[in-house]
Amino acid sequence: MLIFEQLLVSFIAAAGFAIIFNTPRQVLWPCGLVGMCGWFVYTLLGLANVDAVVATLIASIIVAVISQLFAKWFRTPILIFNVAGIIPFVPGGLAYDAMRQFVENNYDMAIQLAARVVLLSGAIALGLVFSEIINQMIRRAKWKRINDRLIKD
Amino acid sequence: MEQHTVTQVCLLAGKIMLQSGAETYRVEDTMVRIAQSFGMENAQAHATPTAIMFAISTSEPTNFVRIIDRATDLHKVAQVNSISRHISSGELTLSEASKQLHTIEQQKDTYPKFIQVLAAAFVSGGFTIMFDGQWYDFLPSLVVGGLSYGLMTYFHEVVKIRFFAEFLAAIFLGLTAYLSVQIGFGYHIDKIIIGSVMPLVPGVLITNAVRDLMAGHLVSGLSKGAEAFLTSFAIGAGIAVIFFIV
Repeated sequence: MLIFEQLLVSFIAAAGFAIIFNTPRQVLWPCGLVGMCGWFVYTLLGLANVDAVVATLIASIIVAVISQLFAKWFRTPILIFNVAGIIPFVPGGLAYDAMRQFVENNYDMAIQLAARVVLLSGAIALGLVFSEIINQMIRRAKWKRINDRLIKD
Repeated sequence: MEQHTVTQVCLLAGKIMLQSGAETYRVEDTMVRIAQSFGMENAQAHATPTAIMFAISTSEPTNFVRIIDRATDLHKVAQVNSISRHISSGELTLSEASKQLHTIEQQKDTYPKFIQVLAAAFVSGGFTIMFDGQWYDFLPSLVVGGLSYGLMTYFHEVVKIRFFAEFLAAIFLGLTAYLSVQIGFGYHIDKIIIGSVMPLVPGVLITNAVRDLMAGHLVSGLSKGAEAFLTSFAIGAGIAVIFFIV
């Protein structure tokens, strides 16, 4: 039940952000779906006591893989699905928290949070790049048909 | 003459993409690809978040476009991308491409303002639940988040100073969150604030900055990082103002 409501709200959050970012109408629900999958993996890993940075890394790899499939399917740039997919675990709230601690003179706490923001966003970026590398390896493996469509996308 | 138009088309495509929040490497890639499909094999492009430089070949003069406003409009990115794909496959001529790019540039947002505000409201509510909030804080955070996002877009148009709109919106956000708890509408002010601040904070920008750095686009990465830093600073300061007062 708990995980069900998490799935629902993460779908809403990802699709809502897609609307804020002016995503084309026909890819709104896939955007929500990518975000939901990412958050699902992230929460599952969180429940299994995996460290947040590692969980973020794995979740963003999953997001990137699904985004690549959707990008081919809907013939839209992968950027659209990537952005919507990472929204649920992007450290925006943490960045705000870090800055608030700075302004309130809690420098110790602020530095801790800021370091965490850098690590988490590094993990997301690494996850997205990682899946691009896998993608390139698939391309080199002479999967001609996928190859052709990927270049077009 | 032909070279002149190709340069114009490339620069326009790059300008639209950069203003709509595409990654710099994608902008450079698209411009070079368009130029190549019109037979300019040695085209050079360099994009940063604030400017694009483009030369049709290494010995030709370099052209330059200044980018002042940046927003996120993924629909435009997708459209320019599909135009560049059509150019590469030879389905579009130079003048057609130029005409289509001009129409894209004039386009307004895909969704009307009130739908975007509504979306921001639901994003806020959703994030409150995702950050272990309770359902009784869903509605307060929905109202607070929607209002402050609407206010921020309004300030963006009225106040032309960057980061100030975010600062004012954050003050308003902190105030309404505080008031909603005071009148018994909401319960946990922290959960309400963290949820409703999400549509304002530049989470994606931070990630893009790191990604640009990793891709070797050092100038773009650092400047995007600075932008993200200042935006979250403005928001954090705005909320802190309320916490100082009350």
